[in-house]
Amino acid sequence: MKYTYFPGCSLERNAAAYHISTLAVTQALGMELVEVEDWNCCGATEYVSLNLTASYALIARNLAQAAKNTETRELVAPCSACYLNLRKCDHYMAQSPALAEKVNQALAAGGLAYQGGTLRVRHLLDVIVSDIGCDAVAAKVTRPLKGLRIVPYYGCMIVRPGYAGQTAFDNVEQPTTLDTLLTALGAEVVPFSLKAACCGGHMTQISEATGFELIRRLVKAATDGGADLIAALCPMCQLNLDAFQGPMNKHCKTNYHMPVLYFTQLLGLALGMDAKPLGIGSELVDARPALAKIGVAVPLAEPAAAPKKPKRDDKSLPMPRMSGV
Amino acid sequence: MIERPRVGVYICHCGSNIAGVVDVAEVAQWAGGLPNVVISRDYKFMCSSLGQELIEKDIQESGVNRVVVASCSPHLHEPTFRNACARAGLNPYLFEMANIREQDSWVTSDKLEATKKAKALVAAAVSRVAHQDALNSLFVPIDPNVLVVGGGVTGIQAALEIANSGHQVYLVEREPSLGGHMAQFDKTFPTLDCSACILTPKMFDAGNHKNIQLLTWSEVEKVEGYIGNFTVTIRKRARYVDESKCNGCGVCQEKCPTKVVDEVFEAGLGYRKAVYVPFPQAVPKFPVIDRENCTFFKKGVCKICQKVCPTGAIDYEQQDTLMTVKVGNIILATGYDLFDARRIPQYGFGRLPNVFTSLEFERMTNAAGPTGGKVVMRDGVTQPKSVAIIHCVGSRDRNYHNYCSAICCMQSLKFAHLVGEKTGADVYQCYIDIRTPAKAYDEFYQRIIKEGVHFVRGKVAEVTDAARGPEEAGKTIVQVEDTLIGKQRRIPVDMVVLSAGLQARADAKEVGKKFGISCSADAWFIEKHPKLDPVATMTDGVFVAGACQGPKDIPASVAQGAAAAARVLSIIGQGQIEIEAATAIVDEESCVGCKECIASCPYTAIEFLEDKQKAHVVEALCKGCGTCVGTCLSKSIKLRHFTDEQLVAEMIGAMQTMKSFETVEV
Amino acid sequence: MTTTATKQRAPTFFDRVVAETPGDCRLGMCIQCGTCGGSCPSGADMDHTPRALFALINAGMRDAVLRSNTPWYCVSCYYCTVRCPQEVHITDIMYTLKRIAVQEKVFDDSKAPDFSKTFIYWVESYGRAFELGLMGVHMLRHNPFGAFKIAGMGKGMLSKHRMAFKPTRIKQLNSLKAILAKAKELEASA
Repeated sequence: MKYTYFPGCSLERNAAAYHISTLAVTQALGMELVEVEDWNCCGATEYVSLNLTASYALIARNLAQAAKNTETRELVAPCSACYLNLRKCDHYMAQSPALAEKVNQALAAGGLAYQGGTLRVRHLLDVIVSDIGCDAVAAKVTRPLKGLRIVPYYGCMIVRPGYAGQTAFDNVEQPTTLDTLLTALGAEVVPFSLKAACCGGHMTQISEATGFELIRRLVKAATDGGADLIAALCPMCQLNLDAFQGPMNKHCKTNYHMPVLYFTQLLGLALGMDAKPLGIGSELVDARPALAKIGVAVPLAEPAAAPKKPKRDDKSLPMPRMSGV
Repeated sequence: MIERPRVGVYICHCGSNIAGVVDVAEVAQWAGGLPNVVISRDYKFMCSSLGQELIEKDIQESGVNRVVVASCSPHLHEPTFRNACARAGLNPYLFEMANIREQDSWVTSDKLEATKKAKALVAAAVSRVAHQDALNSLFVPIDPNVLVVGGGVTGIQAALEIANSGHQVYLVEREPSLGGHMAQFDKTFPTLDCSACILTPKMFDAGNHKNIQLLTWSEVEKVEGYIGNFTVTIRKRARYVDESKCNGCGVCQEKCPTKVVDEVFEAGLGYRKAVYVPFPQAVPKFPVIDRENCTFFKKGVCKICQKVCPTGAIDYEQQDTLMTVKVGNIILATGYDLFDARRIPQYGFGRLPNVFTSLEFERMTNAAGPTGGKVVMRDGVTQPKSVAIIHCVGSRDRNYHNYCSAICCMQSLKFAHLVGEKTGADVYQCYIDIRTPAKAYDEFYQRIIKEGVHFVRGKVAEVTDAARGPEEAGKTIVQVEDTLIGKQRRIPVDMVVLSAGLQARADAKEVGKKFGISCSADAWFIEKHPKLDPVATMTDGVFVAGACQGPKDIPASVAQGAAAAARVLSIIGQGQIEIEAATAIVDEESCVGCKECIASCPYTAIEFLEDKQKAHVVEALCKGCGTCVGTCLSKSIKLRHFTDEQLVAEMIGAMQTMKSFETVEV
Repeated sequence: MTTTATKQRAPTFFDRVVAETPGDCRLGMCIQCGTCGGSCPSGADMDHTPRALFALINAGMRDAVLRSNTPWYCVSCYYCTVRCPQEVHITDIMYTLKRIAVQEKVFDDSKAPDFSKTFIYWVESYGRAFELGLMGVHMLRHNPFGAFKIAGMGKGMLSKHRMAFKPTRIKQLNSLKAILAKAKELEASA
């Protein structure tokens, strides 16, 4: 299975762990990734706040470069912001001839061109869950994450917005693909209402109070839910929840200690890989104590307590059936 | 035509509607010079009695045998002028109308162009009418029996009206009992009458009326025929209970060991047995066995109900039966489904325990419901101290249903009242608007305001359990912008009630197809005219009433049920009905039996005569659309009153006139 | 927007916002329900909720709109966009307002626009984002004491090798510069 791969600026350094774990697990799962030739920054949420045509041209250069790999139409991005920008640009260029015209005129100045709809932009999670499939992944698991209580944190940009005409690969409010994947890896998935709530993006730099509050809500909910760690799939989310957890604790006068790992790192561990090559240890809130539960670095701890069985004389009212919705 | 046409032309002023733009006197004068025209007049209001008398007089005294009126749309006054001709002894199909208002004076202000076009339209009509034939309408007899589909309050109302007038009604209901959604409610707005108390007497009457044959646990399988003459096949599903023996004692239900969640009547909030009567006041009183959950049907063991039944009424061998009835008219009163709130994940229904839908809440406050009328949280025991009621769940929302569901505002106010009355809890009502359009509705709103409900104007953004601080811990939090103060609020409550919208029944489109009527994009049945004819449909003899035509409250539903009944009784009273004569007819000699017309007919009005191997148009079903005429490969079908000859004559009349203007212009 | 006669009047601020947002943003269909204001994670800290901002746009209060911190507090989470019952493309409109504010140089607090401009400065100069450069310039300009507050975090990032000291330059930087220059030229002439 061939894919063109767009790492994005974060994966170069601050989210290098995401990059190396992605390469490791995709290889193990039989996916062939070819990096986009000489890609540039996607502009994050910054360029589109300054100049419309330039911001789309910046993104479109990447699409044009990616399209040069004629072996596949699939463009995969592990970073949710890059993913959103790439597919939004592709969508609007297909939908709005006026915009496409301008962007292509700009691209022509660099000897490039792109037609909206040429590529299929996918997030890494989508590719693993939809193309490989959780069953195939489960079959390759040699170190099940048994006993590990994990919060599946999607963040906002992977599932939203669902542009008309593009089938969303998961629910925009309460997605479940990462939950399913983590379950297939043997972990216990912690119910988490804020699974698709926003980490705040760059808000810590605009207004500390707002930025830290957004981070606090997530870390608090994960802690209240009894999680051992948070599984993330976006470098911005990981940076906010992990690197900024200390400053947040200081600002909010809290004392949370909730490690945040990339889902690819957890996937790699379940596939039997070692921690260091997956970049584990590069997180600021140390995940290794939590990973002791699955015998990583430290011998196996006691198994988790069995779930409570409901009492006989149960007056409670039935809940609505959720299957088949 | 046998006789020479003598055409009378009448140009209407329509006050200044036409005359203000078209030079009507000029047109009348010009028309007098057209071939076959013997009289040409213009008059202020042709549709008035004096105007009509002009036509009648000319027919009787001047030998006019073809009439052309140039005025408004035939949609309005074709029947008027046709009747005028008929009164004077002229066949009404020897009349033609030219629309010089909607197609001319109302679409331009250029007087010169308007007059030219009027002339062309008149010439077209004059040319056409010379080729028209005298036609006779078809009269079909009306079978006085009536089928009512749907045993909710609307269907019951319609059935009673007709049955009381002395005619036989077949009342078909899909569930084991009459009652529909109204039977589930606790109190009804604005009077706060107990719903069951006002409904059950009607249910009883309908169940015991000598002129109503009640067919519950039944569905219509097939409908054939046309107005006055429908043949309907009904499937009576097996109850596995012999109705001739059962006395409704209820022991079977009491002793049955299998309990399942009742997703229909209890809206998923309570339980029932595998053999059950949906509620104590059910009509008829006979239980049914749910064979999907019955231990005997699943595993071959148990049979407790049969053992305990004192009259031996349980019969596991019972089969579905098909019955065929003949009726003259059909009323559809199939009601609505509740919007599925699971489709809105951010409201937490199905995920957060203390989020309830409106129907769940109705069952909760109902004294005969699963909590005995107590308002409690999902644990079945704890009384809430604060409740939020959310409007517009799935309504007024392009992501789900674009329309307003009409009843939820009043229903939400009612809930606020009931919560306050039963628990004294703090009630927060989150709305975009408060819609109270009918009698005593706004007064009800003011009563609820007085009861101290906290109104928050804002559509709720999300309902969550993610507490941000200790004051929110363990609560269900409603996050909403209070738009009247322009600030976001988080309101921690114990319980949330979602006023979910109304939507068409899941099988509305199939049902519509079965009865030959159409559904709108939202799957509500389509009425003949949204303002002036809300209970009739485009299919003669099939009527719609109640919520299946669109969201509405009980008074409107009852009114529509009675209205549909009145329409049906009017048809029955006439004994026969006139079918428009502009129908298609197959020339059997040239028909090659290819059946293309049958496939293309949108009204399934063409049948195939097997013995002759020819197509045959059933006139009573034919709407004169002309599709078959165009489809027929051997040009064997003619559409009466729209023959090729007539249409070509019409075109020539118009084109010759337009051409003549070109040479006149300098 | 109108279906009958086209409006015979000069274009308004509302018209400009609609014209400069890609696609059909449906701003005119807002029924002021408040779903966006209720959904916004940073809504409590905004001068005006998104809904209130649209009411201001409708009322033609251009200055109040452009000076509002609302678009700058938007985190682009798109909750509002997916929940809006009238399918208004709210997040895209926020971007338009930011662009107009920057273009007209109308904003009360320059912190957010400066952050974006600094971010893009590095992208335009090297083709990639450069975090150390971004944080350095931004903190110096807007939060000089903030650097001390996150000193611990900075030390952690450095020791875990999560921060680069130099920007990465893409190979065809000249090509990118040409593209962006042309794009800006086209944007300005629109």
